[in-house]
Amino acid sequence: MTEAKPVEQMSFEEAMRELETVVTQLERGDVALEESIRLYERGAELKARCETKLKEAEEKVAQITLDGQGQPTGTTPAGDL
Amino acid sequence: MADLIEDSGAAGGNAPEYTVSEISGAVKRVVEGEFPHVRVRGELGRVSRPRSGHVYLDLKDERAVLSGVIWKGTAARLQTQPEEGLEVVATGRLTTFPGQSRYQLIIEDLRPAGQGALMALLEQRKKALAAEGLFDAARKRPLPYLPEVIGVVTSPSGAVIRDILHRLRDRFPRRVLIWPVAVQGERCAPEVANAIRGFNALPRGGAIPRPDLLIVARGGGSIEDLWGFNEEIVARAAAESAIPLVSAVGHETDTTLIDFVADRRAPTPTAAAELAVPVRLDLLSWLDGQGGRLTHAVSAAMARRGERLRDLARGLPRPETLVEWPRQRLDSLADRLPAALRAGVQARRVALSEAGGSLRPGLLARALAGERRRLETCGPRLAPALSRRVEAGREALARRADRLTLRPIESEIARGRQRLAEQGGRLDTAFARQVEAQRRRLESADRLRETLGYTATLKRGYAVVRGDGVVVTRKAEAAQARALEIEFADGRLAVGGRPRKPGDGAPPPEQGTLF
Repeated sequence: MTEAKPVEQMSFEEAMRELETVVTQLERGDVALEESIRLYERGAELKARCETKLKEAEEKVAQITLDGQGQPTGTTPAGDL
Repeated sequence: MADLIEDSGAAGGNAPEYTVSEISGAVKRVVEGEFPHVRVRGELGRVSRPRSGHVYLDLKDERAVLSGVIWKGTAARLQTQPEEGLEVVATGRLTTFPGQSRYQLIIEDLRPAGQGALMALLEQRKKALAAEGLFDAARKRPLPYLPEVIGVVTSPSGAVIRDILHRLRDRFPRRVLIWPVAVQGERCAPEVANAIRGFNALPRGGAIPRPDLLIVARGGGSIEDLWGFNEEIVARAAAESAIPLVSAVGHETDTTLIDFVADRRAPTPTAAAELAVPVRLDLLSWLDGQGGRLTHAVSAAMARRGERLRDLARGLPRPETLVEWPRQRLDSLADRLPAALRAGVQARRVALSEAGGSLRPGLLARALAGERRRLETCGPRLAPALSRRVEAGREALARRADRLTLRPIESEIARGRQRLAEQGGRLDTAFARQVEAQRRRLESADRLRETLGYTATLKRGYAVVRGDGVVVTRKAEAAQARALEIEFADGRLAVGGRPRKPGDGAPPPEQGTLF
């Protein structure tokens, strides 16, 4: 199982992959009752993680400012692009 | 005519005489006046760029070579940088260089001679980089599924960045960092390469967030406009990028060198945005679907289990039916128990009476009387038997005692005494021999001592000198001694020390020379 990584540290893609695995396992219906409850809880956590990542859909556009040598010095908010 | 020729031949001495500088100046004026603006087509030969910043090159075709120079200021403005082997059209003016008797073209503009020339150069670079393995499919990395930060290398103004941001907004708004670069002209290639390296150099968790994905983008244009993206430094920077990189340069039909080394190539900037992020709404509906499937799967499994439980419960017999048969068996056994007990006791009683019948005191008394008779016959024979045995032992002892005498012991003592005497004699002889041998060794050692000792040497004419009682072997030691003494084989002679009267028998003192 890939449960070594805590759900709150997973990227969207990792959480997504495992959620699919969990759902498929549960739908096969051959897991023991205890295991199916554990899987359901895990699935609910993974779904919440995916939702969080999907909610973090904020646009933030910035332009890098450069010094004379072409080295980055910071960022400045980009205008209305 | 004939006269004229003859005249000029004869009047050779009257032709005007130039100095070298004058004739050089005259040639310069003619050349510069005749060719103030020319376009020359040819292949670039050797190109050299000394530290001064000026560029010196050769233009050549099959038969001739023309030297050219591009001054520093002009070189910086050129769109196409001169490169050996490139077919070009150079625009400029001819001049001479009197110092070396040379003429050259001062180049003011340099353009590739048609697209064919540039394409040929591009093919050459592609082959070189492909040979290095920079285009290998194994080098391509997958793009992150949902990057948090996207770095875009492009012009901050113009349609390209707007297209990208617009499509990102539609699909999945993200954090975007724009690294502004010139997307054409001679500053393009170094700035793009610097931007790719710069994004890669950003530390994780630094003030400027490090992107998870890079997009290098530019709108469509002529091959000359896009040329910066064909430069080797750009291709190498893209190949070295640790951050996955999408190239989106020009239109679908334009292929630049960076497209071959990028991890993915997008036909347009908009398409790059589509490669970069998934559609958020699709993911939300997918997630809803997963949630539904999750709940349904669990509740269906529960329902299935409930049903199965009910089915099993129906098949379970009533508890009463389970105990009826054992109870019946118990009842029947309980009925049979008293009768069985009685019968058992009866059977044992019969067996006891049968065994008791054969047990009578008469039998025992007969056996006892038999044993007593045996005891009575044996008892009287006991005492005579014992005295017979004692008598026999006593006789045997008497016979043995007769044979016991002192003679063997005495002869043993005599033999021992004789052996002692023999051994004593041998001990004395051996001891005397040992002493003699030791004495001879001592004598020979003493003779050796005398030979080796200095006294023997004295007999051969040598002498020992002592200063203040200590043997001296050096002149310096002798010089410091208060008194000297010389030992000869037959005695010692004092020298110096206390003053002696002359004629004392001592040799003349040598202190005069010593001190």
